[in-house]
Amino acid sequence: MIKVKELRRSFGPIVAVDGISFSVEKGQVLGLLGPNGAGKSTAMRMLACFLRPDSGTATICGYDILQNPIEVRRTIGYLAENAPAYNEMTVGSFLNFVCDARQIKGKKRKQALDRIVPMCSIDSVYHQTIETLSKGYKRRVGLAQALIHDPDVLILDEPTDGLDPNQKHGVRKLINKMAKDKCIIISTHILEEVEAVCSRTIIIAKGRILVDSTPGQLKEKYQCSLDAVFRRITRNGK
Amino acid sequence: MNSFWAVFKRELKSYFTTPLAYVFLVIFLFFSGYLTFKEGFYEMRQADMSAFFMNLPLLFVFMVPSTAMRLWAEERKVGSIELLFTLPITVTQAVLGKFFAAWLFLVIALALTFPMVITVCYLGEPDIGLIITGYLGSILMAGGFLAIGCFFSAVSKNQVISFVLSVVTCAVLVFAGMPTTLSYVSTFLPAGLVSAIENMSFQTHFESIQRGVLKFEDLSYFILLIIGWIAACSIVLDERKAR
Repeated sequence: MIKVKELRRSFGPIVAVDGISFSVEKGQVLGLLGPNGAGKSTAMRMLACFLRPDSGTATICGYDILQNPIEVRRTIGYLAENAPAYNEMTVGSFLNFVCDARQIKGKKRKQALDRIVPMCSIDSVYHQTIETLSKGYKRRVGLAQALIHDPDVLILDEPTDGLDPNQKHGVRKLINKMAKDKCIIISTHILEEVEAVCSRTIIIAKGRILVDSTPGQLKEKYQCSLDAVFRRITRNGK
Repeated sequence: MNSFWAVFKRELKSYFTTPLAYVFLVIFLFFSGYLTFKEGFYEMRQADMSAFFMNLPLLFVFMVPSTAMRLWAEERKVGSIELLFTLPITVTQAVLGKFFAAWLFLVIALALTFPMVITVCYLGEPDIGLIITGYLGSILMAGGFLAIGCFFSAVSKNQVISFVLSVVTCAVLVFAGMPTTLSYVSTFLPAGLVSAIENMSFQTHFESIQRGVLKFEDLSYFILLIIGWIAACSIVLDERKAR
């Protein structure tokens, strides 16, 4: 469902993503791992059609990110790093705005809201303005926004960052539940998360793919914890 | 088109969910009234609104950029621009949605000056046509200033910078048409250039509409100006949205 071909992007002299290629199929949860500044967010922003790649391209559900960015955005759910939102809006009006933009109307909108609000456990803050919410709630509102149209492809940039252990567990459970009929990419630097939800992992550093494998295979190959594998691989990469 | 409405609706609502709209309206209405009476509304002994319209360009130079400065600068600073442009919304739809929402807000502000019209009608028998064209000119001028503000808001993440840049640009475009500026400029520039400067100014076209004559050149001046700055805004935004 996602095919990435030689995606490359630089900011001035810094090469953020240096020609990465991979593909993800339905039912897979891909974990993008890497140290800070490895290019995870840049890669995801390009897939979500927010950033234009310098060269290379990708197709999502058959739509090219360069030729059909609007169609791509329609098919994916994207949660950006820090879950940006309009702070002066209430959670309810914010989700309604997203429905407006995604053209979810009438009965469908009611169904979508009825489904997503309990799913992300944001019932209790539904009428609160977003700026008054805690980090965890903000992220869950971001997640609700990304899931509201029940997309086939999900791109989540650090979905559990800032959540407490219970909420982390909740989000992971949610991802596991959706995993079999969606195609999901998550980025994270929490390694236990990779073991908990990902069926495949790609480790990138300095914009290049170092490893493309499964968490299980990695542990088997290196005969140590994922933590140690990560350190060994990314240090060698430097 | 639906995405345009989504952005438009959200933007317009956001004016009224924050104190911004109310602060703006109170200050705008106070000064538009204050300046009118200070500039000798009664002394003129004429039942018309020229004293009111005369001061609008000066008031708009400060007030319109203050509404426009947040349009994109805030969006980029908070990061919500990443949300906006990963929803199925094109840059043009978003720019137009925000621009028209802000414009409608300014039209509402202008509409709230209606007590002025009532006052004039009470005191005498004004030329209603003149008042209508005066308001039309004011709306077009507000749109022009807003388009400039919109552009500078997209240029910088910093609201203060975008405010200052748009105030300066609007002021230059207003003062270029003032008689004092023109008479000074004409001492060393050829007549052709002086009239070119005059025609580039808001002031000239605004005054012309205010006289009650709707000329094609005045209307096209404002419309082209708005389209030009809005198009520039879209291009700049597309380039810099992720920085």
